[in-house]
Amino acid sequence: MLLIHCPYCQMDRPETEFRNGGEAHVARPADPMAASDDEWAGFLYYRSNPRGLHAERWRHTHGCGRFFNCLRDTVSDRIVTTYKAGTMRPVPAPEAL
Amino acid sequence: MKEAFRLPSPAGRPIRFVFDGVAYQGREGDTLATALLANGVHLVGRSYKYHRPRGILSAGPEEPNALVAVHRGPGRMTPNLRATQVELYEGLEATSQNRWPSLALDVGVVNDLASRFFSAGFYYKTFMGPKAAGTALWTKVFEPIVRQAAGLGERPHDPDPDRYAQFHAHCDVLVCGGGPAGIAAALVAGRAGKDVILCDEQAAFGGSLLHETTALIDGKPARDWLADALSDLAGRTNVRLLARTQAFGYYAQNFVALSERVADHRPAGSSAVRERLWQVRANKVVIATGAIERPLVFPGNDRPGVMLAEAARCYLNRYGVKVGARVVIATAHDSAYRVARDLMAAGVDVAAIADCRAVVPESVLEMAQAAGLRVIRAATVAGTRGRLRITAAGLSSVVDGVVASPEWIACDCLLMSGGWTPSVHLHSQSRGKVVWNDDRQMYLPGVPVQDEQSAGACRGLFGLGDVLMDGLSAGARAAGLSGQPRPVTVCGDSGTEGGILGRLPWRHDLAGPSFVDFQNDVKADDIDLAVQEGMRSIEHIKRYTTTGMATDQGKTSNLNALAIAAGRLGKTIPEVGLTTFRQPYTPVTFGAFAGASRGELFDPVRKTPIHRWASEYGAVFEDVGLWKRARYFPRPGEDMHAAVDRECRQARLSAGLFDASTLGKIEVVGPDAARFLERMYTNSLAKLEPGRCRYGLMLNEAGFVMDDGIIARLAADRFHVTTTTGGAARVLNHMEDYLQTEFTDLRVWLTSTTEQWAVIAVQGPRARDILQPLVEGFDIARQAMPHMSVREGTVCGIPARVMRVSFTGELGYEINVPADFGRAVWDAVWAAGRSHDAVAYGTEAMHVLRAEKGYIIVGQETDGTVTPDDLGLTWAIGKAKPDFVGKRSLVRPDMLARDRKQLVGLLTDTPGTVLEEGAQITAPAHPKIGDAALGFVTSSYTSPVLGRSIALALVAAGRSRKGERLHVPMPGGALAVTVVDPVFFDPEGDRVHG
Amino acid sequence: MADQSHPAVARDQACDGVLPLSGDGLRVTASPLAARFVLRGATSLPAWFGPSLPPRLGTATAEGRAALWLGPDETLLLAPGGDAGALFADLERDLAAQSCSLVDVSHRQAGLVVEGPLSSLCLAAGCPLDLRPSAFPVGMVARTIFFKCEIILWRRAQDCFHVEVWRSFVPYLAGQLAQARAGTAGLPVTGGGAPAPMHW
Ligand SMILES: [Zn+2]
Repeated sequence: MLLIHCPYCQMDRPETEFRNGGEAHVARPADPMAASDDEWAGFLYYRSNPRGLHAERWRHTHGCGRFFNCLRDTVSDRIVTTYKAGTMRPVPAPEAL
Repeated sequence: MKEAFRLPSPAGRPIRFVFDGVAYQGREGDTLATALLANGVHLVGRSYKYHRPRGILSAGPEEPNALVAVHRGPGRMTPNLRATQVELYEGLEATSQNRWPSLALDVGVVNDLASRFFSAGFYYKTFMGPKAAGTALWTKVFEPIVRQAAGLGERPHDPDPDRYAQFHAHCDVLVCGGGPAGIAAALVAGRAGKDVILCDEQAAFGGSLLHETTALIDGKPARDWLADALSDLAGRTNVRLLARTQAFGYYAQNFVALSERVADHRPAGSSAVRERLWQVRANKVVIATGAIERPLVFPGNDRPGVMLAEAARCYLNRYGVKVGARVVIATAHDSAYRVARDLMAAGVDVAAIADCRAVVPESVLEMAQAAGLRVIRAATVAGTRGRLRITAAGLSSVVDGVVASPEWIACDCLLMSGGWTPSVHLHSQSRGKVVWNDDRQMYLPGVPVQDEQSAGACRGLFGLGDVLMDGLSAGARAAGLSGQPRPVTVCGDSGTEGGILGRLPWRHDLAGPSFVDFQNDVKADDIDLAVQEGMRSIEHIKRYTTTGMATDQGKTSNLNALAIAAGRLGKTIPEVGLTTFRQPYTPVTFGAFAGASRGELFDPVRKTPIHRWASEYGAVFEDVGLWKRARYFPRPGEDMHAAVDRECRQARLSAGLFDASTLGKIEVVGPDAARFLERMYTNSLAKLEPGRCRYGLMLNEAGFVMDDGIIARLAADRFHVTTTTGGAARVLNHMEDYLQTEFTDLRVWLTSTTEQWAVIAVQGPRARDILQPLVEGFDIARQAMPHMSVREGTVCGIPARVMRVSFTGELGYEINVPADFGRAVWDAVWAAGRSHDAVAYGTEAMHVLRAEKGYIIVGQETDGTVTPDDLGLTWAIGKAKPDFVGKRSLVRPDMLARDRKQLVGLLTDTPGTVLEEGAQITAPAHPKIGDAALGFVTSSYTSPVLGRSIALALVAAGRSRKGERLHVPMPGGALAVTVVDPVFFDPEGDRVHG
Repeated sequence: MADQSHPAVARDQACDGVLPLSGDGLRVTASPLAARFVLRGATSLPAWFGPSLPPRLGTATAEGRAALWLGPDETLLLAPGGDAGALFADLERDLAAQSCSLVDVSHRQAGLVVEGPLSSLCLAAGCPLDLRPSAFPVGMVARTIFFKCEIILWRRAQDCFHVEVWRSFVPYLAGQLAQARAGTAGLPVTGGGAPAPMHW
């Protein structure tokens, strides 16, 4: 069971309190009706699925209830950092990788 | 003679036990293995594949051969226990495995004679391709043999009556392994005030110290030092000692799983709990798991009586048991000499020690000489003799690679030592790499990936002084102490060098099976053959030969297998690679993983405030998610069909009461509540006035229906929203997601009120008459409270939210009262209803009543690919709204396709025929293979009010097919149906306004 | 138990017939009748209520009432007594100037008092949080999980916890606690510290 640092509780908490919410920084178009079919399909269905660092959304469902973002290494399953929703994807320090 | 191989004046109280139906005497403190050996019993099992007689090989959890079943009464049979770990208690009953009819006479031994058929890759060759399967050779010969031989032990048949517990634990320092290194580490960390957990697989802490008789630690005999250390640890409240506890799995972030055996060392039923699973999160982990002695690979190395050398010393010094009367030792490691010395001191005849090494350290030879031990250098074991027990060992000298003809030495025991393999399993499980050390010919722990360190023999230190110092240092580092711990002095220790890997030199004229993996019956020849047949990676060789894949995961065999493969491939061992160590280190019971989460506690069983009434009134319940819901209320003599028929009729005739408490409820509050709901639901809500309700349809962003419910506006800034029973958590999460991450400008907050309210639905033409006398604070007259309105007031004096809504097509109300009052209000409404001949109805009647009206159930008429238009619900879409979740998707080309499946009604030609839900629909009665179906049946019932069957279905372009005749092909023949409107009853919808 | 505000109507509490549970080292009882409100989005509480908004992962208590931190914008208010209606109206009136949400959840969940020297160990059966007093001190609150149900865990003393759980999960929670208590057989019982205060 992973420990995940909740940026709102500011505390490491057990994985079972959390739910994964898919890739982060996939912004909903401000005016969906103005999006082309391709743009909209990209928003709905296309994800980066990287090998390595992946920015993803998690929710502290059975804790403070907040959605936040996290950088997780999809190879090692290690969480490099977590950060609040609505903030920029951080560039992790080399020693954190 | 009782305990003929026990040393005089044994310490423990005598204990009687039964093995394979024969009564024996053992001693308190014995394991099953020690007690059997005390009685001269070596033969304890038959091997997995060839059913060869097998004896006890080791003295620990690495034991591959001595697997037994222990019988502790009904439901308490455990197969595949290692006799070396089974602790003796009065009346213990154990049986050997893989033999029929008896150990001594096993007909499965035919497999041994047929062993050429069972060589490497047997399973692959045999199960692959048409050549083998179906042939007479397969069905007549192989299959019966494989079936009879397959499996290890027997599975238990009865439910397990024991209790298993699980605990999470957190500590500063977890020490895995209670030998000298682990105890030293725990002492330092414990004295530094750290929270320490020290666990060891054995009943007693001490590891090798428990059978150490000559070494002195700080001038004290090792066992006295051990006793002092343990009493120090036991006196500390910050130290938790877990004996009989295996650290079996090392997971991410220093999460280590331990399984503690609490009960099995005592008669059944004498403990409230059998096992405990400890899920430990440790700041620091010290791995002190020791090392495992390696067998030598030579012909006939699996005969009962062939054992690991140090195991014999352990049996002698710790348990007072001589493993034989006349012993031959074969070794490549110094440590076997101390075994010889101790055995001779106890009066065992040690006929010779054959050392595979040409050069043996002087100090070792001096010790041998002092004891009068015959040493044969540069030797090999050319073979063994004996049927159910070794009777002689053939020792040969090896000169320039040539094995001389053997000298046969009579013996009843052959002890072997190929050297020691550090137990790097936990380090490897923690994702730390292991590194091959070419000088020492062993894999050692590499750089830790997690906050762990290995100490002692598991990182290749074999001298007791080195091990203790290493443990002390590891403990100090784990406790964050700077400076070196006070050194310990050790004298009288010996036997740290040597080792050999792979197969010993052999003579072709004496070639017998040389086993590498005893538990899976893999021979050196099998590995040779695998390489010959093209396997190159150790992962392939492992799977092809199954070496290392038994329940012991190759603890005694992996390195030898690797060395043999490397030799054949002409590669170095690290070039061939090491297979992955996986959790669990030793088998763990299912009970430990299940814990108390079984039966009634497998999942939470959620019951509504009205559940007890329903139960008293004879309801039959069904599971809906975690909820128990009343399905129907049979009266005496009624089956489900009759009960549902009565409930439906009466609800339409008079009224029915329904417990709708499980509906999800969310209170949406804030100045932007309406704006938020407008974006989350398809409907237009801005103009919804306080006191009014609207049917709400929720889409996901892809435009598919995900939930529906009632949106009731209580005030300008407060809504009471309902969801489906199963959708409650999902919908709340979905709403929170958009609120927190997309619509962050809105001032609105969500609170689940699912369990705040008990919900009593009163549906039917007499609903108002029933409610009228109970209601205060608002007017429920027809005009004053129209369909789709909500009022707050009291019912039976209890504050209530009453909605005039209907899921039956009848005049109806849903009364929400605080949950603690649910039962009392239900009782009052029920009493009022009785005077109007109202019934209580369950979920089955609810389904029928709504289907008669063509009302959908999300999850039944929808499957995640259904749009509002597919369901004929475009009226629920606020066309003028610039945006809502899913809106953009509704105009994607596929969503507008003309042949999308649409909700329709179906009527069968024969009114009594009820279609099967899920059945496919086609145009022709007998479609050709490969023709696509037009759709499928989503709901199907007998409608009491219509006196015939009805069905809802999703059919391609269904709305344009009204009147068309289609077919539902079934095994008994195609059923003809006619497409109709999905609203079967009261299509004008007058009754809800009644 | 009769409710003062609705004397004519029987009140079926979620813990009735399930609690108390009592055994060596562990006692689980129903917390006295209380009003419970979820307050979201508020920046302050009216002074007359008693406690102010709690610190992160903490509690504020005063006048026998408590405010428990559930999340950055979410607070659980607890007030003894069975009549939530009047208190709700007063609070709603005095919070009207703020953009916030006050919702009555008095019946949604039940309060359990889990106490005794085995209390933290038994809770640790299903709760993966570090419950050592150094990591989860007196006064700390966490919404977390216990086996398969969500709980709000509030440490009131070293050996006393107040647990809030949705009402239909009470039998499950009690059943798992009873099993955990039985599962401690043979383990050393170490407890201590001051008893929990009588009031919030
Ligand atoms: Zn949090």
